[in-house]
Amino acid sequence: MNLSRRHILVLLPAAAVAWKSVLAGTPEESPNYKMSDHWWGMLIDIPKCIGCGNCVRACRTENDVPEGFYRTWVERYHVSDEDMTNPEVISPKGGEEGFPVAEADDKKYFFVPKMCNHCADSPCTQVCPVGATFVSPDGVVLVDQKYCLGCAYCVQACPYGCRYLHPQKKVADKCTLCYHRITKGLTTACCEACPTGARQLADLKDPKDPIHEFLKTHSVQVLKPQMATGAKAFYNGLDGSVR
Amino acid sequence: MNVIKDAGHLFRFAGLFVLAFLVFLVVRHYVVPKSFGQYGHYRAAAIGEIGARPVKFAGHDSCEGCHGDVVDKKKTGKHAHLNCEACHGAQAAHALADDPTAVKPVLPDVATLCARCHTQSAAKPKGFPQVALADHYPGLACDSCHQPHRPDMDGGAK
Repeated sequence: MNLSRRHILVLLPAAAVAWKSVLAGTPEESPNYKMSDHWWGMLIDIPKCIGCGNCVRACRTENDVPEGFYRTWVERYHVSDEDMTNPEVISPKGGEEGFPVAEADDKKYFFVPKMCNHCADSPCTQVCPVGATFVSPDGVVLVDQKYCLGCAYCVQACPYGCRYLHPQKKVADKCTLCYHRITKGLTTACCEACPTGARQLADLKDPKDPIHEFLKTHSVQVLKPQMATGAKAFYNGLDGSVR
Repeated sequence: MNVIKDAGHLFRFAGLFVLAFLVFLVVRHYVVPKSFGQYGHYRAAAIGEIGARPVKFAGHDSCEGCHGDVVDKKKTGKHAHLNCEACHGAQAAHALADDPTAVKPVLPDVATLCARCHTQSAAKPKGFPQVALADHYPGLACDSCHQPHRPDMDGGAK
């Protein structure tokens, strides 16, 4: 870039104004929402997923996710009973337009919706050099896009591949668990659009949330438990072949 | 005497350090955002900014106020557990508008919509209702027999 003195003189005040807005911030939108009363997670019920891709489309609409990038996506597993370590996995366009018709054979099929696990001890927030990504007091992993440098350390650090660099904004982008919705008493866009209830928003601090009964009565697992990320995307009926 | 005279150099140097530290404190005060560190090593105001974004899916409750008849009908059939926007798409522009009649939602295309969920595939859960589109009354629109709000065969009119 070739900057003349005139250019710099013009840019400096603009940069100062922009920085001022970063310093000030905007007040919280939902005055009745208390962060300390919530601890958010997600329940994903694999036997209910039909691979329609409604969640992927809803997420793109709600969050203006750029074309070719995904905050949530659906994978289809095709696993033989003898070789569970080498499953055949497809996710054409993240499952956004559905999946090709599968013919029955001697292997098993199932769909696995994937998204940010909103880890309590998230590897992605630990590597951020500037404090632009963090776990909020109510347990949602967020990105401060005004603060992010776009170094992509977090993109590499996420063991679940849930982050990307926004192609236009050049900063890290990811699932916010529809933070702008859940703080207003709505559910996430993917849960709203899911036709079978395969996804359910869960508030672990709400004693009335059905998640507690579900976790008590089902065998539930998180992805990559060996990494001790404190993942809060709980999978029901998770097959051992899922990575 | 010489010793104290020489020590003067050190005092001047120490003074420079103190001055630089004060300058650092002043610059830091202006550069670090006010809310940084309120909850942790990040800008707390970012939480409010992310939460302030507008919604596009209005949520199931927004529909019930005006479309109670459809909601009641839906409750009696197999699509009872479906949210309106699962099929009708994001409708905040319509549902949350001051005058909802001003923004008319586009009706979803039945052929693509039904097929997305109900096309037969071995990958889908066994209990889920699915049909092979080529064998199941080809050429006939789904809603000639199944009304989407109550797809059971005795669904009747919309």
